[in-house]
Amino acid sequence: MADKLKLALYWAASCGGCEIAVLDIDEKILKVAELADIYLWPVALDFKYKDVEALADGFLDVCLFNGAIRNSEQREIAELLRRKSKVMVAFGACACYGGIPSLANQFDRDQIFGRVYFDTPSTVNPGKVLPQTSYRVPEGELHLPTFYNAVYKLDDAVKVDYYLPGCPPPPSLIWTAVEAIVSGNLPPPGSVIAEEKAVCHFCTKRKDEKTVTAFRRVHEFIPDPEKCLLEQGIICSGPVTRGGCGERCLSANMPCRGCFGPTPEAIEQGANMLGAVATMVEGKDEQALAKALETVVDPLGTFYRFTLADSFLRLRNRSLTAREAERAGAAPAPKEVAS
Amino acid sequence: MSGKDTFEPRIVAFLCNWCSYTAADLAGIARLKYPGNVRIIRVMCSGRVAPGFILKAFHEGADGVLVGGCHPGDCHYLEGNYKTLKRKLVMDRLLDQFGIEKDRFRLEWISGAEGEKLARVANEMTERVRRLGPLGRTRERLARADALELRNEGGAASG
Ligand code: SF4
Ligand code: SF4
Ligand code: FES
Repeated sequence: MADKLKLALYWAASCGGCEIAVLDIDEKILKVAELADIYLWPVALDFKYKDVEALADGFLDVCLFNGAIRNSEQREIAELLRRKSKVMVAFGACACYGGIPSLANQFDRDQIFGRVYFDTPSTVNPGKVLPQTSYRVPEGELHLPTFYNAVYKLDDAVKVDYYLPGCPPPPSLIWTAVEAIVSGNLPPPGSVIAEEKAVCHFCTKRKDEKTVTAFRRVHEFIPDPEKCLLEQGIICSGPVTRGGCGERCLSANMPCRGCFGPTPEAIEQGANMLGAVATMVEGKDEQALAKALETVVDPLGTFYRFTLADSFLRLRNRSLTAREAERAGAAPAPKEVAS
Repeated sequence: MSGKDTFEPRIVAFLCNWCSYTAADLAGIARLKYPGNVRIIRVMCSGRVAPGFILKAFHEGADGVLVGGCHPGDCHYLEGNYKTLKRKLVMDRLLDQFGIEKDRFRLEWISGAEGEKLARVANEMTERVRRLGPLGRTRERLARADALELRNEGGAASG
């Protein structure tokens, strides 16, 4: 390709792991530098948003956007980068499905703020100060982004062309994606850049079609590395999770956590996982079964670890009601700011 | 939105072909009254009701979901209803984590001869869900809430 690839990388509600994953492609990063001009990459380079605003619409070839949408700044930058980019890639589980940050959707803003700013044992906040979206100082008015009541995946905010899942995406897939983009050899828009089959399909552990009497967690015993973890009573999301990661967790004898999101045919990753896990338990007596299945601790957090923002129910009832109250005009009661 | 007294809940009932659906037929023949709020979906076995069906039903507008199967030991496919029971035991806890009230999801064993039980369960469930009011976890309602935050519609404060 004659011209260098024009690239932007951005992080929204994420842990920073996706940024490290980009650097993890090792010496190939130099090749990326050779192939691409980078126009925004907050973790590594000092560009300002206004530099991006100054670009013509559609100027950038690709934006690799990691992280979920938690506040209005992230939404605005997502919209800006969408305008400026020909191809928008949801990079990593958080951008694709909400990821770990969207587990916060079990709580609304008031609950989260209350916990963080008032209730944690290490908090000292006698003036009950909460972050405000605007605050007057002698020099003028200061603005902070709005913290949303829920965490969203990237495609709730803008149109996404490709999904590169993983927590974080593995270097091999990142490189596959970069090469496909550079060569213009792209899959159909909307594609998930990974395998079609489940992690189990690629996993080399032995499956004996065994049932279990209860589940145990990874810190409770060391499982046989040769045998299927699920059949040893460790909850493994391999049956319902899209493959393509290189079975990273399994080769460390750890269960799949589900970071590649649902397989193409899954109704929903969490629901399918619930079915796969519950029916592993043997027995017919309701009381005994109930007891055995209590060893599935935190079903929501386990089955929706990376996909709560992409699920049918998505929120606890409370957070939905809170947002509707705001819609009805009862904006969140202005909290006092100590000056 | 209508008040709780006039609210007509929508209840999706997945009934297995060999027992519970037959019971519904029987209830019809015997002219037993049960409310039209209950919309029946016939499945071959209660074991066919994947957990995703239940969640999707709520997502598409159901205020309650009923699953009916053959009594333990009577499943036409031998063990289908035990599978259903296992999933139900975890589903109860999942729904609780989602903030969905217990009475909105129910599993009942109803044999082909129990038309009267089918009618009673349908009546009971309709009344309990009516008292709870609309679940309102539909895709439309979620989309409205999203638009409020993400697109600043509805006059919400923004940063
Ligand atoms: S459940 Fe987990 S350990 Fe078992 S085969 Fe699938 S990926 Fe491998
Ligand atoms: S094994 Fe599962 S959790 Fe681990 S990297 Fe692969 S998809 Fe992600
Ligand atoms: S056929 Fe009725 S529950 Fe299986």
